[in-house]
Amino acid sequence: MISSHALLTAPIAIPLIGLVLTTLLWRRPSLQRIASLVVSTAFLWSAIVLFRASLDGTILATQFGSWDAPFGISFVADKLAAAMVLITAIMAVAIAIYQLTDPEETGRPMFHPLYQGLLLGVTGAFMTGDIFNMYVWFEIMLISSFGLLVLGGTKEQLDAGVKYVMLNLVMTTVFLVAVAFLYGATGTLNMADLAGRIQTIENTGLVSTLAVLFLLAFASKAALFPLFFWLPASYHTASTPVLAIFAALLTKVGVYAIVRCFSLIFPVTEGLANMIGIIAALTMITGVLGAASHFDIRKILSFHIISQIGYMLVGVAIATPLALAGSVLYIVHHIVVKANLFLIGGVIRRKTGSYHLKPIGGLHRAAPFLAIMFCIPALSLAGLPPLSGFWAKYLVVKPSLDAGEWYLAATALIVGVLTLYSMLKIWNEAFWKMPETPAPEPVGAGRGSFAPQYVAIAALSAITLAIGLNPEPFIAFSVEAANQLSDSSRYINAVLESPYGRD
Amino acid sequence: MEPLYIVAIGVMAGAAAYLLMSRNVLRMVLGLLLLGNAANLTIFVAGRLGSSLPPLITGDQVSVAVSANPLPQALILTAIVISFSLVAFTVVLLHKAHQHLHIVDTDAMREAEPVDSAAYAVPDEERP
Repeated sequence: MISSHALLTAPIAIPLIGLVLTTLLWRRPSLQRIASLVVSTAFLWSAIVLFRASLDGTILATQFGSWDAPFGISFVADKLAAAMVLITAIMAVAIAIYQLTDPEETGRPMFHPLYQGLLLGVTGAFMTGDIFNMYVWFEIMLISSFGLLVLGGTKEQLDAGVKYVMLNLVMTTVFLVAVAFLYGATGTLNMADLAGRIQTIENTGLVSTLAVLFLLAFASKAALFPLFFWLPASYHTASTPVLAIFAALLTKVGVYAIVRCFSLIFPVTEGLANMIGIIAALTMITGVLGAASHFDIRKILSFHIISQIGYMLVGVAIATPLALAGSVLYIVHHIVVKANLFLIGGVIRRKTGSYHLKPIGGLHRAAPFLAIMFCIPALSLAGLPPLSGFWAKYLVVKPSLDAGEWYLAATALIVGVLTLYSMLKIWNEAFWKMPETPAPEPVGAGRGSFAPQYVAIAALSAITLAIGLNPEPFIAFSVEAANQLSDSSRYINAVLESPYGRD
Repeated sequence: MEPLYIVAIGVMAGAAAYLLMSRNVLRMVLGLLLLGNAANLTIFVAGRLGSSLPPLITGDQVSVAVSANPLPQALILTAIVISFSLVAFTVVLLHKAHQHLHIVDTDAMREAEPVDSAAYAVPDEERP
């Protein structure tokens, strides 16, 4: 039996080792790629072990620094956190495989250390049980993402980088100020301890202010309406592997933080629930309308990230266990599908030489396998049965109707149709129509095979199909994870009673 | 002491907001620095200003009754280190951006999102 301390430390330690290792292999690019893949696989293994340990409903917790909770820094893995770490690790491996023969990041030795750094920050943010520590993990994630975004050093990337860096740094400072106020009001930073202390504050205005401050800080990370401007301004300039890992993880960390804070620390009052609901609806609509206006694959997909974030927030607004289960399933489904679409976009670009839909076409004949692989995540994103998106959307719409929030259900369904429109646009333009001009010279053709890229895409499509065709265990898991979220006393007991270090 | 700190934080945050809203990237960095320091001072005040005695347990004492709260200081130290590295990165990024784009006005930075754009326009380098 592995101690929970080891279980919770391994998913942090392995990317950290990867970061050091890939930095040391700076001058050996081929070795560096292999090392990155091996470390990512080890990370996946540790995530699977952690996930299995949390499957029976135990909440693993440990304290660092030989201080008992609430004084030491806690690390906690309930079902949601373990699932998030697992899905992060799956994406890490898939994108590391994809990257093996991708021409875009070849010859940039900084990619792999930053990639591992990003995984480190994301995993830490998922597992930490300390609000200030979460700030630190956010910063690790951010500085890695800054580096990854501007790695190519093109004009577009530098331009996008300035906006991305500025907006994110300001909003992280808001997060820090929110943490300061929370500490001033409660005298603790441990999230389990905070949950109890917040309830003893008699000044409800103070609690609402704190809740809104945290919502503001996390909303900008999650790219919610109206704080999403940094995302469409910057994402489309990054290279495909970077874009895929950003799309999979960065905004979802913000969503996870919102789900965690508003199920554990802050009570979701009626006013707050209404506000979150309206924000969710507006996020869905603005995202999908933005996507409809673009003809660049990366821009379309970037706007769809925003739109889909709205769905995940519906669960927080309604806050019934079934609705939270919808949020959990939606996050997992979305991470797989969205990263996969960006990877497919990268292959389209390699095959045709452009991300722009107008000049390209005819891919259904040139690359029939890619066409099939595109249909799975694209239709899943739109929510067609029997794919994963259908079940995820079902778990969003049904609780909304149960709770009488018809406007959320209606928005979710209409936005689903508009999502289908965007996906059909990509299908018609890139795959179905014949190009007017002869195909341009493919980018990077002849430099490495497409095999690893197809393997990564096929693996992610297989996960989407697996969730779609056999949804029962996934829905059951989401419901159990949501029950753990709704009954926060289990989380609190696990943290505050767990002996530090060596158990 | 608190009112003095609060006024100082307010002035710093206000100046930071002013600088951040100017479109000159250099002013924006200064605004970012000021905002970070205002946040640090907020943490300091949130930890209560009282005694300035060091929180050291000497000899056979088991606890200290009146001393400065060490936690905000630890938090601020962490935040200072982080903001230092982030600002260093930002300055390098802006230097690079200036070298390549020759502009300091963020409104004029339209490389990533061209204005004329018609989202339909095909970028030149991607025209077959």
